[in-house]
Amino acid sequence: MELTSNQTHPAFPTLLSGAVHQESEQTRSQAYTTGRKTVGTPFVDKPRMTCRDVEVYYGEKCAINKISIDVGCNEVLAMIGPSGCGKSTFLRCLNRMNDTVPSCRVVGSICLDETDIYHPSVDVVPLRAQVGMVFQKPNPFPKSIYDNVAYGPRIHGLTKNKVELDEIVETSLIKAGLWEEVKDRLLEPGTGLSGGQQQRLCIARAIAVSPEVILMDEPCSALDPIATARVEELIAELRTQFSIVIVTHAMQQAARVSQRTAYFHLGDLIEVGATDKIFTNPKHRLTEDYITGRFG
Amino acid sequence: MHTTMETPATTTNLLHPSKRLRQRYRAERWFKRLGLLAIVLSLAFIAFLFFSIFSDGYTAFKQSYIALDVNFAAEEFTQAKLAHANFPGLVKKAMHSMFPEVDSRRGKKELESLVSPSAAYKLQDMVEEDPKIIGTTQKVWVLAGDDVDMLLKGKIDRKEKQSNRRLKDNQLAWIDRLISDKKLEQKFNWNFFTAGDSREPELAGIWGAVKGSFLTLLITLTLSFPIGVASAVYLEEFAPENKWTDLIEININNLAAVPSIIFGLLGLAIFINFWGLPRSTPIVGGLVLSLMTLPTIIIAGRASLKSVPPSIREAALGVGASKMQTVIHHVLPLAMPGMLTGTIIGMAQALGETAPLLMIGMVAFIVDIPGSITDPAAVLPVQIYLWADSPERAFTEKTSAAIMILLTFLVFMNSLAVYLRKKFETKW
Repeated sequence: MELTSNQTHPAFPTLLSGAVHQESEQTRSQAYTTGRKTVGTPFVDKPRMTCRDVEVYYGEKCAINKISIDVGCNEVLAMIGPSGCGKSTFLRCLNRMNDTVPSCRVVGSICLDETDIYHPSVDVVPLRAQVGMVFQKPNPFPKSIYDNVAYGPRIHGLTKNKVELDEIVETSLIKAGLWEEVKDRLLEPGTGLSGGQQQRLCIARAIAVSPEVILMDEPCSALDPIATARVEELIAELRTQFSIVIVTHAMQQAARVSQRTAYFHLGDLIEVGATDKIFTNPKHRLTEDYITGRFG
Repeated sequence: MHTTMETPATTTNLLHPSKRLRQRYRAERWFKRLGLLAIVLSLAFIAFLFFSIFSDGYTAFKQSYIALDVNFAAEEFTQAKLAHANFPGLVKKAMHSMFPEVDSRRGKKELESLVSPSAAYKLQDMVEEDPKIIGTTQKVWVLAGDDVDMLLKGKIDRKEKQSNRRLKDNQLAWIDRLISDKKLEQKFNWNFFTAGDSREPELAGIWGAVKGSFLTLLITLTLSFPIGVASAVYLEEFAPENKWTDLIEININNLAAVPSIIFGLLGLAIFINFWGLPRSTPIVGGLVLSLMTLPTIIIAGRASLKSVPPSIREAALGVGASKMQTVIHHVLPLAMPGMLTGTIIGMAQALGETAPLLMIGMVAFIVDIPGSITDPAAVLPVQIYLWADSPERAFTEKTSAAIMILLTFLVFMNSLAVYLRKKFETKW
């Protein structure tokens, strides 16, 4: 079953009616936030992903407490906050990577293009093709560079022949800014590349299946400043085609690459807003304390 | 601050270590020596073991042959069938013709005993292969008796009193004459590598046991490898974590420590008595050894699956691979070297296993070379056990030679395991 952006699966109705979108922003944030109140602008017009009252439990422990936030089209949403605040957990809910953790339980609704991704009849395989993920540590498969990028299209049967596959591999590597560096050695192992190249290879692998949203979990924390700058440039370019959600510990990075920033604190979403506003004029005291370095 | 800097004690320490430091170094040296001593001791034991096996066994690769001038006289072959001809008589006549001076009945008996009873079969084979030799006289090298062979290999002491010796003085004299006439020689013992077991040590060979072992291990491998890998993958990748899987895990770990003879009893009860499979055959042996090898393979397989970094699984799941694809495309290939190593170690263990096979009748004396998995067969370790138990002096060297062959196979399999691990090891 393939989910596409413009169609809703007939088997399950849209959970959010149009009426909800017409409500004022004020009432919505009040209606959905019963934990610590989120300030700022968590909702956008024409969202790609909508998360409402999301709670995540590891066993009995509540890791995320009633979070509601939208991911807009063609924007980079940065999630910042101290360690253990739940931002990675939340990120991994967006493509159901938390399914692999047996004790993890997700409550609330997360919709991709108005389809609830936690609906029992949603298949995680096409979901993860639409919501790709790039991890903290570069993790290319111990296979050739070509096979790394071609793996996704192959298992999803996106191509009919070798020529099409070659084309996808090439365009993905070009989009990831890696083509010039590796075009002469596509058959060499991906694990032989440098750390920054490996991470861009992982990005190429994620975009090869043409997702709508790319989740990045601290993609630059294992990279040196030059490789980091290269990946940040790449993120800025990718924004024109994809929605990107990025978790980062480097606030400078969030300020550089993102349009909107969300601040998490101990499982609560404290503040969401346009990046320049969050960093220059935070509304919430906790946000201010964090970005000015008073803790965290 | 200034006053403490002036104390000179700290500077002298560098050139003259304190007593305490010297004691530490002494303890370190002792510890090193102790370790070295342990290694040297164990190497010495291994060297002694190898030396003992080799010095006992290398003579088994040579065998004594006597040259006979056999007269295939036409009047001997008057019977309807060639097989009915008196071939032992031919051998005896040939021996008598070499020593015409021996005329007493007892002397003739002693003379005849220098040749192996197999000589008659050899002559029969020759005649059946080429009947044209009837009426001619041929020079034939036939096997000498095992006592002659032992004498030539220095295992019978000539200085011993005659009554304590297997060979009498007159036999010694004949043997010396045969040697000086170049009619008694040691040749390479091809027979050892091509024949099955025999009651006559000079005829006994290892091939039956080697083939039996091969067929048994073939069954073991084809059963235990796929089942073991599948179990390991299921338990490690798919099984839910609950008390049932815990119970299974504990039991598998316990099974690995169960004495192997218990598996033999189980095999006897189920495979032979209940299923009615034929006794003493590679199929039953293979089944029993599979039971024994499975825990080893499953444990090794799970360990190597665990050692595959979780980032690879996440990467595959992240691009939308299903659980199955993640395992088959990424996890299993990376875990395979470890699994293969575990399997080969398990197989080497199975190759050397005797006890469970005794329970299912593989200890039987079997002369024929097994042709299929349902033929009665011996295996290498059981063959060693059987030969070590035989009273004839000549079986001692056969036992050592069989041990050498078993060890060769084990070393080969272990080197294969090391080679595979090195070859498929993935560099990160």
